[in-house]
Amino acid sequence: MAKVIGAVVVDNEECKGCGLCVVACPQDALSQNKQVNGRGYHYSFMKNPQACIGCSNCATVCPDSCIVVYRVKINEVRTEPVLVS
Amino acid sequence: MGELRLMKGNEVIAEAAIRCGCDGYFGYPITPQSEIMETLMDREPWNETGMVVLQAESEIASIHMVHGAAGSGKKVMTSSSSPGISLMAEGISYIAGAELPCLIVNVQRGGPGLGTIQPSQADYFQSTKGGGHGDYRLIVLAPSSVQEMNDFVETGFKLAFKYRNPAMILTDGVIGQMMEKVVLADYIPRVTDEEIDRRHGSWVTNGRKPNRGRNIITSLEMDSLKMEHNNIRLQDKYAKMEEEDVLFEEVQCEDAEYLLVAFGSSARICQKAVDQCREKGIKVGLLRPITLFPFPKKPIAALAKRVKGMLVVEMNAGQMVEDVQLAAGCNIPVKHFGRMGGIIPSPAEVVEALEQKLIGG
Amino acid sequence: MNLADIINPNNLVYEKPKLLTENTMHYCPGCSHGVVHKLLAEVILDLDIQEKTIGVSPVGCAVFAYNYIEIDWQEAAHGRAPAVATGIARCNPDKVVFTYQGDGDLASIGAAEILHACNRGENIVVIFVNNGIYGMTGGQMAPTTLIGQVTATTPNGRDAGRNGYPLKITELIAQLPGTSYVTRQSVHTPASIRKCKKAISKAFQAAIDKKGTSFVEVVSTCNMNWKLSPVKANEWMVDNMFPFYQPGDLKDSTKTDPASYTPLKN
Repeated sequence: MAKVIGAVVVDNEECKGCGLCVVACPQDALSQNKQVNGRGYHYSFMKNPQACIGCSNCATVCPDSCIVVYRVKINEVRTEPVLVS
Repeated sequence: MGELRLMKGNEVIAEAAIRCGCDGYFGYPITPQSEIMETLMDREPWNETGMVVLQAESEIASIHMVHGAAGSGKKVMTSSSSPGISLMAEGISYIAGAELPCLIVNVQRGGPGLGTIQPSQADYFQSTKGGGHGDYRLIVLAPSSVQEMNDFVETGFKLAFKYRNPAMILTDGVIGQMMEKVVLADYIPRVTDEEIDRRHGSWVTNGRKPNRGRNIITSLEMDSLKMEHNNIRLQDKYAKMEEEDVLFEEVQCEDAEYLLVAFGSSARICQKAVDQCREKGIKVGLLRPITLFPFPKKPIAALAKRVKGMLVVEMNAGQMVEDVQLAAGCNIPVKHFGRMGGIIPSPAEVVEALEQKLIGG
Repeated sequence: MNLADIINPNNLVYEKPKLLTENTMHYCPGCSHGVVHKLLAEVILDLDIQEKTIGVSPVGCAVFAYNYIEIDWQEAAHGRAPAVATGIARCNPDKVVFTYQGDGDLASIGAAEILHACNRGENIVVIFVNNGIYGMTGGQMAPTTLIGQVTATTPNGRDAGRNGYPLKITELIAQLPGTSYVTRQSVHTPASIRKCKKAISKAFQAAIDKKGTSFVEVVSTCNMNWKLSPVKANEWMVDNMFPFYQPGDLKDSTKTDPASYTPLKN
């Protein structure tokens, strides 16, 4: 059974803190930072990195194209019974 | 040697455009210049040279079509008459601000407002001192014969491309509607896209190329210092025009005691008035500005030292007279004689005005 | 697997489109323009037409559109983008020309230019961003402002008796035989954005195939002048704009021949 895990990288200084990515995320992985960036915006960040599935919804809705998305498919390791003679 | 024909001034503009390799004409009908587009549509130059001819929905659209095509480096033009030129004023300002070459023909009629369809020269101010907003200038050529209607199409384009600035042929209903013999220009092939890239690759918007970055054509600049710099660049360009491209004609000025100053159709009338004056024993000469901008300041200043007075004859309430007064200085009288509303002054009226305003006074 | 292993060029699935410039967009946070710009950049690159595409930018918030996509651009006067595009397209028939216009630019001051360009079937693409308000000048009534909608010049809401009715210009344009593809899209969800990209791509393909005018309206938000958060603005748009400006294709004749007429008898 393949599992998909993802990660997003937000350009903190380009982010205008509009919050559209937070709403677009189906996994509730993103949030707006309490800190502000150099321009005074509450930039987005991964509050829950384990939840990200790399679906790109956040980056798709981002008007400032400041989110990069990565995704990996990993095969869950199955422990096969080993025959010992 | 070119082909000799008997043609209307307006028709000649169309024929000259096709022959000089014009890429496109965009216009809207208005009297007394509609024959320009009618002739083009009848000639179907798209079959012959590939020239585009399009009847737009308004003068506003026409000038902005010219704006677009000029930005792609094409040799394009429009024509209209006074009220239509007023509608184009915004677009002309944009083209001047974006520094694009194009040719605009104004076959003037009387104003203000809807005015009259009869000839007038009341758009001198509009053509030479703005019309649209901002500190810009047009190169303004004033033909006084059907032959010059032919010649100034290519001259206008040459100057427009030399300076990347809109050029205007400022004529009127007299010359537009008049039939005269004309020696037509020989055909010049249209400039190819490769040649446009070679000559104008630094600014044309005809698709980004691997050998150049993208080009942006705009007159917008939010940084005031940069905007002032843009204005200074424009003013330097206009100063260069005044140095290099002033055109004028002097008629019997060598021994003149009085000078008539007139452009376009008024200059033709004045030529006859000069003859009538000389028959009466009055030594009169004529200076005819051909470029209204850049204005022939220097020859007028030189003549102001030799003559007793100047009479500026225009079919308006007194417009070019202000430029003549500025060029002539304060040592001699510079008077104006004009008719308005579509009335064309007769040579006899001009002689009478000269006698009353300068000699008798 | 830790984050550092995932954030690796081999695992990249989404990044800023290569045709967007490095310039930070001047738009307000959450503005729909940024998304539409991004889709244009993606489509132009996908179709590999970046060296034959000329954009015509409007007057309005998108006046600086030329700062953001790496193609040749011309700036038009207010409302005149379709005329500027006509001039470029007529004299350069092998190029792809598009206008990018807001609702004030296209449906108010430029209503004549857009209708006639579409009616002539100019081979151009029109991207029409309709957020029902004037953005750049500070939130005044637009021709597309809804009845009752509060703007700077309709402080008590648009009143039909005083201000007339919201203009469904896209419906008018769909009637014109010169247009081949007329659609209304939005960019408020990942799904609608993907759909809008397909529509923009189809419009550009129609221009490449010389099918006449393609017209893509994008119903958008102007959260700043609507005085809502970007997220609330999207909700307001769905609740109020969509019932009047219904998303979907209004016309698609990209597969058929252009309209033909019986010639006059004599």
